[in-house]
Amino acid sequence: MLINPLTKNVTDQNVAADLKRYLGNGGYEGWRKAHTMAPDKIIDLVKDGGLRGRGGAGFNTGLKWSFVPRGADAPEQKFIVCNADEMEPGTFKDRLLMERDPHLLLEGMAIAAYAIGASIGYIFIRGEYHLAAERLEHAIEEAKTQGFLGTDISASGFSLEIFVHRSAGNYICGEETALLNALEGRRAIPRAKPPFPQVSGLWGKPTVVNNVETFCNIPHLVEFGVEWYRGLGRGEDAGSKLFGVSGNVKNPGTWELPMGTPIREIIEQHAGGMHDGLRLKGLLPGGGSTDFLGPEHLDLRMDYDVIGRAGSRMGTGTIIVLDNQTCPVGLVLNLCQFFARESCGWCTPCRDGLPWIVKILQRIEAGEGRSEDLDLLREQCQRIGPGNTFCALAPGAAEPLQSALVRFEQDFFNHIKQHRCPYR
Amino acid sequence: MSSLLEPEVIEVMEHSSANPENMPGDLTAEEKAEIDREASHYENKSAVGLEALRIVQKYRGWISDDTLQAISAYLDVPAAQLESVATYFQLIFRQPVGREVIYLCKSASCWIKGCDRLQQHIYECLKIEPGQTSADGIFTLLEAPCLGDCDKAPVLMLGEEMFRNLDEAAIENLIKKKKKYHADQSLD
Repeated sequence: MLINPLTKNVTDQNVAADLKRYLGNGGYEGWRKAHTMAPDKIIDLVKDGGLRGRGGAGFNTGLKWSFVPRGADAPEQKFIVCNADEMEPGTFKDRLLMERDPHLLLEGMAIAAYAIGASIGYIFIRGEYHLAAERLEHAIEEAKTQGFLGTDISASGFSLEIFVHRSAGNYICGEETALLNALEGRRAIPRAKPPFPQVSGLWGKPTVVNNVETFCNIPHLVEFGVEWYRGLGRGEDAGSKLFGVSGNVKNPGTWELPMGTPIREIIEQHAGGMHDGLRLKGLLPGGGSTDFLGPEHLDLRMDYDVIGRAGSRMGTGTIIVLDNQTCPVGLVLNLCQFFARESCGWCTPCRDGLPWIVKILQRIEAGEGRSEDLDLLREQCQRIGPGNTFCALAPGAAEPLQSALVRFEQDFFNHIKQHRCPYR
Repeated sequence: MSSLLEPEVIEVMEHSSANPENMPGDLTAEEKAEIDREASHYENKSAVGLEALRIVQKYRGWISDDTLQAISAYLDVPAAQLESVATYFQLIFRQPVGREVIYLCKSASCWIKGCDRLQQHIYECLKIEPGQTSADGIFTLLEAPCLGDCDKAPVLMLGEEMFRNLDEAAIENLIKKKKKYHADQSLD
């Protein structure tokens, strides 16, 4: 049975699977099957399959879809939106899916659109992903010529157009309501929730926003069913996932592996382990906005709740490895600079708090830290934490910092005591 | 004859511009066609503002005040709204940049792999300070948020192309190659 549904069309060659190859390898079978099903049944299937959002939050995808109003009273116009604004530091998985197998994304979006009753879809892609955007546009044209997209698809009465929207670089567009504002031609500032996009999203119409990888899970889940999909996982969670490793390892990269694959296996077996002479000091399990884990966590399975119980988040599932010769204060400073720069400026804790944190970290890294700085940083983590800000950007920025202050406290002390960065 | 009042007002406004035949901001037929194509994807024209800015910038290198006004007039979207978008998104330039914009990835994985050192090296090679354009007008160096190629860090994007697994020598080669390309262009 198929064990690599996300990457079965990905080869060593940097080419996209064209429609001919995609169809030859079983493509659009999920879409064909979906047509024979009632939309409600598809939503139930995706819910029961246990697919959780691969953008980072890990919410049950079918449950998300089920919040879209249905029936005679529901607005007729609905939208499906793909979040392809991949910009989480250390994350490089959606690029691969879009560049190598664009039809898989289109098929997933088509099934989702059919399930929620959307007739227009947008792929919101970051402006830097030129190749991915071109390949997607080409794939859309191909899909139209064969009648997989367009008007009255397969004489079902269902119509769907998908458009590529190229953005112009802002991390906050990954937040789904900021993304919707950007798509409407406004500044990408998050909206207050509720109402949630499923009820009032793009131009006030019901809208579902899912991540690229989430959509790519749909076609095979619909084609082969819940049992098969749940069986792909090795632990608590269902399906497979693109895991990645970057940092000073021998073989950095991305691999499709079962959900629940232990961290150790990903880093040591697939990424080839640490560079000679280096030890693993810590790791960010799912991108820049997740809490540090340590060597004692290597045997944890990469499942949403397992990583959550360990005090971090699965996030995007792309691991950044910190070695023993890289300064943890410098790394955290780099991350906080990123988040400070990417703040949309809408709410005060984020707009003013993050630059303040950067200043404190800069002086510690420069050997000018003060003994009270660590308490100051801890206090700031609280102040920009959950509940105090409009969206998750600042709380996300606090995660690597707050965990570093615990895990690498001695390193912070050493910087202050020695009046220099001991790693230089 | 009050109906004549309106055209007169418009005429006065047109005189205030330099040369009505060749307005510096006027959109070309090519630019308009591309914008129209994108605009057809949305419910209203204001949604295409960012894409219009991106399309016109592709031809002109940056968005001047005149250009912004021209896009605003063409889309019938208030200039202030377009400006709020233009100043928000990092890939839209409201001031001139070099013909080649180097986006050096400065995020976590590239930082671990020494992007700070490479950035310093580029500054020295081009004899520029942060945010500046080289004296020959060819290169502008900007810091990019994560470019999503972390397993091949450090990376940079130049034009629409990614350059991966960089070191000092690779950077020097790239700059030399681009300099030669632009020198050859100016000879033609």
